[in-house]
Amino acid sequence: MSKIHLNMITQRSIEEGAAMEKGKTNPDYFEACSICEMHPDDMKKAGIWKNTNVRVTSECGTVIVKAIEPTQYVPPGLAHIRQGVWANQVVPPRTQSTGTPQYSGFPVTIEPAPNEKLKSALELVQGAVGLWKGGKL
Amino acid sequence: MPKLIKGVGCPYCGSSCDDIEVLVSDDETKILEVHNACIIGTNLFHHANDATRPKLPRMRQPDGSMKEIPYDEAIDWMAKTMLKAKKPLIYGFGSTNCEGMSAVGRIAEKSGAVLDNCATICHGPSFLAIFDNGYPSCTLGEAKNRADVVVFWGCNPMHAHPRHTSRYSIFPRGYFTQKGQMQRTVLCIDPRETDTAKLADHHLMLDQGHDYELFDAFRTVLRGFEIPETVAGIPREKIKESVEIMKKAKFCMIFFGMGCTHTDGRNHNIDHAISLTRDLNNHTKCSIMAMRGHYNIAGPGQVWSWQFGFPYCIDLSKGSHAHMNPGETSSVDLAMRDEVDCFVNVGTDAGAHFPIQAVQHLKKHPFITIDPNFCMASEIADLHIPVRIAGVDEPGVVYRMDNVPIQFRAVIKGLPGVPSDEELFDRVYERMCELTNTQPIWLAAKEHRKYPHNPVVS
Repeated sequence: MSKIHLNMITQRSIEEGAAMEKGKTNPDYFEACSICEMHPDDMKKAGIWKNTNVRVTSECGTVIVKAIEPTQYVPPGLAHIRQGVWANQVVPPRTQSTGTPQYSGFPVTIEPAPNEKLKSALELVQGAVGLWKGGKL
Repeated sequence: MPKLIKGVGCPYCGSSCDDIEVLVSDDETKILEVHNACIIGTNLFHHANDATRPKLPRMRQPDGSMKEIPYDEAIDWMAKTMLKAKKPLIYGFGSTNCEGMSAVGRIAEKSGAVLDNCATICHGPSFLAIFDNGYPSCTLGEAKNRADVVVFWGCNPMHAHPRHTSRYSIFPRGYFTQKGQMQRTVLCIDPRETDTAKLADHHLMLDQGHDYELFDAFRTVLRGFEIPETVAGIPREKIKESVEIMKKAKFCMIFFGMGCTHTDGRNHNIDHAISLTRDLNNHTKCSIMAMRGHYNIAGPGQVWSWQFGFPYCIDLSKGSHAHMNPGETSSVDLAMRDEVDCFVNVGTDAGAHFPIQAVQHLKKHPFITIDPNFCMASEIADLHIPVRIAGVDEPGVVYRMDNVPIQFRAVIKGLPGVPSDEELFDRVYERMCELTNTQPIWLAAKEHRKYPHNPVVS
């Protein structure tokens, strides 16, 4: 299966902010943040259908998100996952000695993963520290 | 009879809107309606009504579940854990009041902790540039009343600060800007066509991560030198046109955000932005401002600079003096090097907003979360202590993004038995003093403090 190398940025969105204030286990937060925006041409190159799941892999991790067409125009070569739990699974913690991780501008590989399931915020975070016991949220 | 409270401050983004109106129930326990706020602020106020809000601290049990415990027990555990730790890290403070930030300083000193705030993963690089190059800034009121050219560089207020454009930057009619938007030229520099870019008169869609080159090109043109045909993906003519607009402005206002600080270059991008502001002042009036994310994230910078001399990344573990060196004493770097052995997350969600590897490192040691609500950090914590929500059921001083202090009010009564951040930290401090057989030191300025009721003032 083909894959594509893109430049990833993770930034705020009002959908994320509005959902976060309802609570991070709220379905709205899941809807708002478990997505990756990319240019339709890039989707085509990697054989990705819009609104299907993709695997995003960076130098330090991997996450399953849903590929969507940009809500705010993203040029070819650039991808955007909204700030939040899903984005931070792949954000490199390197800080260039400033304390601020590389939240924007890091290389990722994106490949189709239509049969993979999206994980909830709680599953991702609790799972990463060995506390996830299964469940709905 | 429901009561309409006017002039309420919104505890969400750095715009710190203070014109919110909140309709509360007659017993002042429920928020019924929120007027004037953006969707995020509205959700925030309504979330305070959530009946499932935690009312007691919760301790993680050996089987991984959480069990409610009394406040005294939680305070005792927190005090003992922090005293036992060689180098605890206290991080957060994006969403609490200055009173809480001030109170936590005593705990940090007592336990020899590192004190850090959300700026470390946000506008930390801006601080570094400001140390190096100064900060020719102004208030948002000046921006509203004077700015006829507004530049948004690497920021997207339509999403991150939804009322910023209507209150301060694009739309409002000010003293010298009577025609509002009609009188303003808006430039947006962003690699995406964001909703802010759509509002702008000129959108420079630069190649992501090439802000430094573009700032450099702006300065080069401004100083009358030639630049290559294309810089950072922007044609020479477009750069020249933009510089001309900025140069001819009566008052040019540059707002910059995470697009500059989160990407390659970090503080050097901001350094250049400040230099550009300085250069522009040879031609016209120009000012620059960081788009701070939270309603009081400028607060710890103010409070701790006053207390310790540094705004963030404050290492108090030496016991004799405060030491600051981002990269060494910054939260994510400390976490990645496993240099801290206790983590206290206050009024933020490191579980959701730190890179997950940093969270994994921090979780190797006792992990305490102090937050009014359930969040990712509370769900992986060993101890979660709920507190009141500053700006909703707890009043306090906050610093807006332009470092203007505003007194926020409480609109509803706090949950019974749930303390504010300040009260909680004071009680933890007092317990630490008991455990170490030392006399607590309260400043005279704290005579009117709420807790304890009859303090020994020294």
